[in-house]
Amino acid sequence: MRKISSDIIRDSVKRLCLKANIELRKDVLDAIKALKKKESSLKVKRALDMIIQNAEIAKKKRLPICQDTGMVVVYLAIGQKLVIEGDIVKAVSKGVKEAYIEGYFRKSIVNDPFLRKNTNTNLPPLIYTSIIPGNRLNIRVGIKGFGCENASFTKMFRPTDPIKKIEDFILENINNIKSRACPPMYIGIGIGGTLTKAVSMSKEAIFRKVGTYSKIRHIRTLEKSLFKKINDLKIGPMGLKSKNSAVFGVSVLTYPTHIAGLPVAVNVSCHATRDAGEIL
Amino acid sequence: MKSLNLPLNKEAIKRLRPGEEILLNGSLLTARDAAHKRLCDAIKLCKKLPIDLKDETIYYAGPTPQRKGQVIGSCGPTTSSRMDPFVGPLVRNGVLGMVGKGERSKEVNSLIKKYGVVYFVTVGGAGAYLSEKIVSSSIVAYKDLGTEAIRRIVVKDFPAIVSIK
Repeated sequence: MRKISSDIIRDSVKRLCLKANIELRKDVLDAIKALKKKESSLKVKRALDMIIQNAEIAKKKRLPICQDTGMVVVYLAIGQKLVIEGDIVKAVSKGVKEAYIEGYFRKSIVNDPFLRKNTNTNLPPLIYTSIIPGNRLNIRVGIKGFGCENASFTKMFRPTDPIKKIEDFILENINNIKSRACPPMYIGIGIGGTLTKAVSMSKEAIFRKVGTYSKIRHIRTLEKSLFKKINDLKIGPMGLKSKNSAVFGVSVLTYPTHIAGLPVAVNVSCHATRDAGEIL
Repeated sequence: MKSLNLPLNKEAIKRLRPGEEILLNGSLLTARDAAHKRLCDAIKLCKKLPIDLKDETIYYAGPTPQRKGQVIGSCGPTTSSRMDPFVGPLVRNGVLGMVGKGERSKEVNSLIKKYGVVYFVTVGGAGAYLSEKIVSSSIVAYKDLGTEAIRRIVVKDFPAIVSIK
């Protein structure tokens, strides 16, 4: 058995919160740069350029990419041969709290959905754990802003519904969101499992590197088809019409499901798709 | 690109064209969900407002805290549609302009036309870039709301597009 102190987790979470909020993922930034090159509308080009400059300014001045520094979601994949000494939840919370002070990030969390008093620490975070083989700890920190979180959606389909019906549902909803979720977007989709499994897959789907596709043939076809059809909706940054700047990626994860069901969850992520990870 | 001075006046609004790119120069107020609710609750109860809204332009934003020596932290627009239910009382109290991101409801579209006011969009998710266009900032009301307090900000060449007028 390998032992690590929860202090190491605290420091890692802090480091990852700072990194994710300040440095835009390289694959995301590269994708936006590629869109700018391809774009024919000068107005859209200028808007994309502001987004690219934004990433550069944030990194240089150590400013958050977006003022909505989000709700922190921490994924801990814990090796079954690893023993963590100390309180994991306290360690993660402390890491988040310290990062939000040191980084001058906005504290956006309220204590209760109705009383709505700001906790002033950005606590609590959400913590999801899973067990993996080995003796390492895989930490991933996601920063979830709510401009696009509010645009996410889900539906329980009939098991007999064709894939086209799911596509139409997704297109209809994204067409209603228009530009409020800050396009170009990254669309994460979870299909199968239960309601919660579909939602959590839709979240994890956007961790996948932009420009890669599912290994499952019919899912890859769905990803490519949705990518084209969503861009055909002509949604662009600043409410501008663009032929290819609605999304820079569509990532679908699937899981076995029940004979009676077909859960679908769609996680809309803005161009400031922020996460960072490391292995301890 | 055309520069537009703030505070606005109705004549200047008349000259704007939807889809036109402009650079805003001058003074705005920041306010988002909680501040809008308080202002509208006060209007409903006929209470005196902590600030005069006449001719003001409201920027839907809640910035990150600034470091020492900085004017403001990251300060991009938040989703405007959440403020849709509050537009009526505010324009009736003198607000002439709004700056945010995303589309507005049918009701807000009609209010904008009826009162001759204007809605601008700026680039969402670019808070670091836009913070460089803000030259001064101070809290003028509802300090207890923290990031959601109402701030007086002055902008220089702040990029926007005329969305609805």
